[in-house]
This record gives sequence, structure tokens and C-alpha cells, in this order.
Amino acid sequence: MRWLICGTVPYPSMGLTIGQAGLYLGCASSKDGAPQVYILDQRGERSGLPVNQGTPALLGAFVIMADILHCDPPEILLAGDDGNGDGSRLLYRYLRDNIVNYAGYGITFHYFLPDVDEHNRLLIALEDVNPRPLLCADAGFMYAAKMSGYASVYDLFTPDAGELAFLADENAPHPFYTQGFLLADDDNAPELSARAHSHGNAAKIMLVKGKTDYVIQEGQVIHSIDVPQVPALEAVGGTGDSVAGIASALLAAGLPISESCRKAALTNRFMGQLANPTPAASIAELLCRLPKAWEKVQNI
Amino acid sequence: MSFLSALRRLKNAFRPDSVHSAGERGIILFTHTGDVIQAESVLKQAGLPISVKAPPPDLRTGCDLGIEYLLLHESFARVILDKANLTPLNYFHVSGELLEPISIFQHKDFGEYLMVRAANMKLTVEKSSGRIVNVSGGGCPDVPYLGALLVGTTLQEGVMPRAEGRTLCAYALQLAWEEAKRLCVG
Repeated sequence: MRWLICGTVPYPSMGLTIGQAGLYLGCASSKDGAPQVYILDQRGERSGLPVNQGTPALLGAFVIMADILHCDPPEILLAGDDGNGDGSRLLYRYLRDNIVNYAGYGITFHYFLPDVDEHNRLLIALEDVNPRPLLCADAGFMYAAKMSGYASVYDLFTPDAGELAFLADENAPHPFYTQGFLLADDDNAPELSARAHSHGNAAKIMLVKGKTDYVIQEGQVIHSIDVPQVPALEAVGGTGDSVAGIASALLAAGLPISESCRKAALTNRFMGQLANPTPAASIAELLCRLPKAWEKVQNI
Repeated sequence: MSFLSALRRLKNAFRPDSVHSAGERGIILFTHTGDVIQAESVLKQAGLPISVKAPPPDLRTGCDLGIEYLLLHESFARVILDKANLTPLNYFHVSGELLEPISIFQHKDFGEYLMVRAANMKLTVEKSSGRIVNVSGGGCPDVPYLGALLVGTTLQEGVMPRAEGRTLCAYALQLAWEEAKRLCVG
């Protein structure tokens, strides 16, 4: 399946960038031991994209998995945004005006400034797209989807424990206002997922990232993954983004959604186990272990 | 009466009561959350009893933060914000309860490192030095930007997320930063 990854990157001067991404150098070849991701824009210009947290981390995980799985690299729709929302608005509007060109694609929506009006205009435009794209959302776009009241239109959400508490709180317009549901040990994910589903604030399937990862379908737990345990992963920026990237790549390779989620959660955990990180590690260091991690997971 | 003397009189007039205890309230909204963060700072410095809250549902757009104030202080708030070159979108009268930001922090001790979570944001510091080693969580566009800016700085002398942040995730990160500083530096 052809796949589009769209989201903001933390470079305010970067305008709307439409193109492809790929793996420029694997970890073994690069000088600093970190994977090098390139983007090829609409003018045919190729440039490097540092793999840090956020959409670049998701993209890094996707292109490494695409390389392993011998599937097409992702198409990209990126824009620089430092939080003022300018880049996000470029993305919302491009998507609204051009979504018809993505019929039959899979789309992962990632770091956006949540904007319910812009989100809803895009959803209206999506009604005319046939076949309908497979819709996955994480981060700020997932916040907008929940706040809009149309979360159940989405095929996959990938929240962490804090974001799940937000999805389960029908009154909260952003995780910042979530009250009362967040437990220290994150062990109420099944109950929160059921609550989010019952209020129409969940996607059809959710991969909940936490001490135990859960794959939830229509509010019910269908997989739980709790080994290997690598507690430091929670502190490392980008490790949630990498799970979403791995899951997206597996979907692009043709795996069913629930199986993609289960394997993505396992792969991310093995990636962490192989890297044995401290809480001061970076996602770039961890992504180098992704090929070995996949070797462990592919037949489980 | 000069602006400064008006401000002094205003400060002396306020008691440390919560906003709710004294009459009708309004909410000040801005186009960008970054402006709210600045406005909160100047209004608090001026001694106004304000709180940051979520706008009422019919005024929300997606990444919203407003400043709840007492209507009787509106003219002073207008002067203070005008002096600070902060232009609100509008001042709205509110009647019902407004949602408050999350006020519960969670801590995870990794031995040498401490992770503090506020809402969806997590900040990890090296306990011995106060050095920020990781920022994770969040979904607004300034999170990766702030992560790059903060990692490697110390809580004692580094950049505060509020100074550069523009979104609710940045505000949550500021709360985590303050809590980490309280725990590690005192």
C-alpha cells in the first residue's frame, strides 16, 4: 500500500515539502552511528533530515522498516512549525485541497497544532475520496481528531498513557486538561480504552503505549505486550514516535492493523533491549538496533 | 496618576483570594498560546489574581488556553496588556466553571535520573547536576523544537520552556520543568 506521512518538523524556515523519504545511510555506514534519512522534495532536491523526536523519528523508523521489508519508501508532506501553527495550517490546507489524490493510500497524521475547524474541513473533503485512505493518527493530529468528536472515523490511534487518559476524559479538549484518570503505574489502560470507546473518542484500533502495551479493538483488549521490559524507554524522546513509524511501515507492507500494532510494540521493546539505553539516550541511537530487533520479532 | 502608581494601588488592593471568591469572571483569549503565557506572566507580576483555564467549549479551537480574571479588574488588565504590547483576541464574560490545567505530577526514579510527568509531557534530568537529558511525550509542533533546545541545559541556568514555547504542550513542559527544579535543586 502506498503511504503518506504528514506532520510538522521543528525547522520554522522549512516550507511545505511534498516528496519522498528514504534511508540515505544505514547505521553501519554513517559517521556518527545514527541512521541518516533523506527527503526528496517536489523540486527534486535531496536533503538530510536529522532523526530526532517527533515526525522525523516516526519517519526514521518507517524508512528503516521499509528498507528491511523491501517495500516502497513513504511519501511525505512536511512543513516547519515552531508551535505558532503556520506550518500546521499549510499542511491542513494542502491536505484538504489535495486529499483526492491519496485515494487508497495509508496516511499517518502526526505532529500538528490541534485545530478542530481545519481538521473537520479535511474530514469533509475525505468523504469524496474513494477508496477511502486508511487513517492513522498520533500526537497533535490525534488530539484534534478526539476534540472534533469524530475519532471513530480513524482506523488507528497510537496514544501513550497520558494521551489515553485524555481520550477517556470526554470533557478534556487537550491532555493538558485531563483530570482524574491518570494513575502512576498506568495500569488502567483497558478501562480507559473502553471508556474512550464508549464515548466515541477512540479509533477503531488503538495501540496504547506504556509499561504494558495494549492493542485495543472496539474498546476490547486483543493483545497485551509486556516483555521485554525496558523502563528507560519511557524517558527517551521519540520512542513513542518510533512505535507509530514501525506500525505504519508494517501496515504499508500489508499486515493487518492489529498484527502491525502487536509487532510494532514488540519490535520497539526489543530495539530498546538491544540498545540497553540509559534515560539519557537518544532515539537515533536506538533506531540503529531496529533491524536486529525486527529479526527477533518477525516470526513471533 | 501614573501607570506605576496605579499599579501599586492595584497590587495593594488585592487579597490573595482565589479568583472564584470575588464576583463575576471573564476570560481573556489570544490567537496564540505563546501570548497567553506572556500575558499570564505580566498580569501576575502586576498582582492581578488570575488563573489559566480552558476557554468555554463554544470558544475552543484546539490548542487553547485562556486567562480567567475578575470582571472588576478588566480595565486594569487591559492597561497592563496594552503596556506589554499584548493584544488579546477578546475579553469574554463567563458564567460556568472552566476546566483547570492538570495539577498532578508523577515522578519516576531511574537512580541517577529522575523523570517528571505533567499531563502528556515528560522531562528527565540527571539528579546530581540538574542537567536535562531528555524531553518526551506531547504532540504539539514546538515539542521537538523545545526538546532540542532544553536537552543539555541545566535546571539552574537553562532556558525555561515558557520562554520559547507556544502551545499547551509547552505549558505542560514548563510545569514539569518547575517540578523537576523543585525536586532536584530546591
